[in-house]
Amino acid sequence: MEFKVRLFATLRKDRGREMMVELGEEWTARAVIDQLKIDEKDVAILMINGRDGLLDTKLIEGDIVSIFPPVGGG
Amino acid sequence: MYGYQGKVLRIDLSKGVSKVEDLNLEEAKKFIGGRGLGTKLFVDEVSPSVDALSPENKILFATGPLTGTPTPTGGRYMVVTKSPLTGTIASSNSGGYWGAELKFSGYDVIIVEGRSEKPVYVMIEDDQVEIRDAAHVWGKVVSETTETLLKEVPEKSRVLTIGPAGEKLSNMAAVMNDVSRAAGRSGVGAVMGSKNLKAITVRGTNKVAIANEEALKAVVKDCNAKIRENGVTGQGLPTYGTAVLVNIINEGGVFPTNNFQLSQFSEAEDTSGELLAEKYLTKKDPCYRCPIACGRYCKVDDIEGGGPEYETIWAFGGDCGVSDMPSIIKSNFWCNEYGLDTISTGATIAAAMELYQKGFIKDEDLDGLSLDFGDSDAVVEWTKRIGQRAGFGDKMAEGSYRLADSYGVPELSMSVKKQELPAYDPRAIQGQGLQYATSNRGGCHVRGYLISPEILGLPEKLDRFTIEGKAAWVKIFQDFTAFIDSSGLCLFTSFAMGAGDYAAMTNAVIGTEWTADDVLLAGERIWNLERVFNLDAGVDPSQDTLPKRLLEDPIAEGPSKGNVARLSELLPEYYELRGWSTDGIPTQERKGLLKI
Ligand code: SF4
Repeated sequence: MEFKVRLFATLRKDRGREMMVELGEEWTARAVIDQLKIDEKDVAILMINGRDGLLDTKLIEGDIVSIFPPVGGG
Repeated sequence: MYGYQGKVLRIDLSKGVSKVEDLNLEEAKKFIGGRGLGTKLFVDEVSPSVDALSPENKILFATGPLTGTPTPTGGRYMVVTKSPLTGTIASSNSGGYWGAELKFSGYDVIIVEGRSEKPVYVMIEDDQVEIRDAAHVWGKVVSETTETLLKEVPEKSRVLTIGPAGEKLSNMAAVMNDVSRAAGRSGVGAVMGSKNLKAITVRGTNKVAIANEEALKAVVKDCNAKIRENGVTGQGLPTYGTAVLVNIINEGGVFPTNNFQLSQFSEAEDTSGELLAEKYLTKKDPCYRCPIACGRYCKVDDIEGGGPEYETIWAFGGDCGVSDMPSIIKSNFWCNEYGLDTISTGATIAAAMELYQKGFIKDEDLDGLSLDFGDSDAVVEWTKRIGQRAGFGDKMAEGSYRLADSYGVPELSMSVKKQELPAYDPRAIQGQGLQYATSNRGGCHVRGYLISPEILGLPEKLDRFTIEGKAAWVKIFQDFTAFIDSSGLCLFTSFAMGAGDYAAMTNAVIGTEWTADDVLLAGERIWNLERVFNLDAGVDPSQDTLPKRLLEDPIAEGPSKGNVARLSELLPEYYELRGWSTDGIPTQERKGLLKI
C-alpha cells in the first residue's frame, strides 16, 4: 500500500517535500521514517491527517503522514 | 545594589523638565522589573479611568534586572501604559539593543508624563538628559528618523521612535527601536504620539553590578547549553525563525484564513518559512546577547528590512487570503516604517475584507482600491493607507473592532477586548482559547503560549482538542510568562528553560534566594495586579470571552473540523484556580496572599 508523506523544514533536505511511500506489512509512521532514513530523534511532531499521531499508530488506507523536526514558536 | 541601577528617570513633557528618583528596591524585587515593576509604578500613579491619549496618561519604559547582563537574550524592555485600543493595561515587549543601552545609561525605568506643546525627542547619555526639538523628524518614517537622529546624538546611541502611525494616534501604532524591532501591540505608539514625543535615544557607559559573578558564569553556561541542545531554540528558530510555523499550524487545521472563516489555507506552502529561508532571507538579525537569533532580514525588489515573523506572514497572508510572499514582505516593511503593529494591521484588513464581502463596506468608500480576499497588491496599499490614515485607511487605523462596530457587526472583528487575535484558531486548541479570553491585554498569544504544549509538545504533549487540565496549564503559563517578561529576557528562552533556571539566573544577578515556586508566585502577583487595574478601568469579566464565531460556529472543514472553543466549560475552573470569585474578581484573601 502507498501512503502520502509530507516532510517539513530540514527533513526536506535530500528527500523533497511530498512523496508516496510504499509500505509492506507494517503500516505505521515508524515504517515510513525507516524507509526515508529519518532518525527518530528528528521527529518532533507527527501528524496523521493533520491530527496528532504516534510512530506506532496503525495507518489505514488514504492516511497522510506529516513529519516535522523540532520547530520554533511564534 | 545588584541587578538594578536603582534609578528612575522621570520626564515631564508639559513642564519640559526631567529628574532622577531612587528606585524602591524592595518593591522592585517584589515586582521584578519590566512588565511587573512597570505596571506597579504605573498603577500607583495613574487613575484606571484615565483617557489613554490624554496628558494624564503616562508611558513607562522598563528594563528588568537581567537586562544588560550576560544572561542569554538579556536585552529586553517593556513599554507600559494604558492602551487606547483595549482600555486595559498595555505592556509591549521589545528586543534589539535599546533596552540594554537604557540600562547602561544608568536607569531601570523611564517614566514619561504630560504632553509637550511641540514635537520633541529625548536624548539620554548617562546622566545628561535633554528634551530636544523634533520638528525635523516629525512625519518621517522610522528608518529616516533613526538615521537623522543618529547623526545628532552621541555616537553609539540607540534609537527608539514612533512612525507616522503613532503621530496620527492610530490604535495599532507600535513603538519601534533599532529600526525594525517593535513593542508592537495595544497601540502604545499612539500614547507616545499623543504626548508629542517622537523618539528617545539612549547611550550609556554604566555596567550592571552582579551579586555573584562566579555563580552567574556557571548558570549562564548551563542555560546556553540548554538553549543549544533544545531542538526549538538550538535548531528550529535559528534556521527558520518563527516563520517555520506556517506549515505546521496550517497542517493541523489551526491556521485562521480569510478572517477566521476557514482554519486551513490551501496556499500556505507559498508563504512558508521554508520558502522564506530559501528565496528571501538575506541574513539573521539577532537581538542583544541572543544565542537563538530568530530574527530575520529579508529582501524583495528594492525593499530590505527586518522580519517577517510568523504572525506577520499569517496576518498579511492567510488571514487576508494572500499567498504571495513578496507582498507580505512589503506589508511588513511598511508596518516597520510607519510604526504599525503587524498583527492588528493585517487582521484589521482581513476584517474589512469580510465586511466588504458581506456588503457592509461599499465600493464608493474605497477610492477605487480593492478589498477582495487574496488581492495581495491591495493589502500592501491598505497597509500604507492605514499608516498614513489616508482615505478609508483612516477608519481602519482605529482597529477591527471599532470598524466592524461602526457597521453594527462587532462580531466580525476577530478580537478579544478589542485587540486582534493572532495566528491560531482557538477552536482547534482549547487551552489557547482560554488564554486568549483571559489575557490581560486582550487578544494575544504571548501572555501564555499554550501552542507550546498543545502543538509543539513542549514541555510535554497535550491533546489540543480536550479541555481536561487546561485551565491549570493556562494559569501556570500566564504566571511564568509574567515573570519572564519582567526579568528582561526573551520569552523564547522558555522553550529550553524552566522556572528553576530563571530563579538561578536572577539569584546570581540580584543576590536573592528564589526558588521555582517564587518565580511563579511573583508572576501570579503581577498577573493579579494587571487584572485589578483592568477591572478598575471598567474592563469587566464579561469581556473574558471570544468572538461569537469561535464559540458557536464549528470549524467547517479540515483536520479540526467540527470543533468550537469550549470556553464556558473552562472559565469557571480557571477563576477557581486563580482564587477569584465565581464571577472573576480577585478576592481580598487572594490579594492579601499575593501582597498586592
Ligand atoms: S529569540 Fe529572537 S526575539 Fe528573542 S532575543 Fe533572540 S533574536 Fe530576539
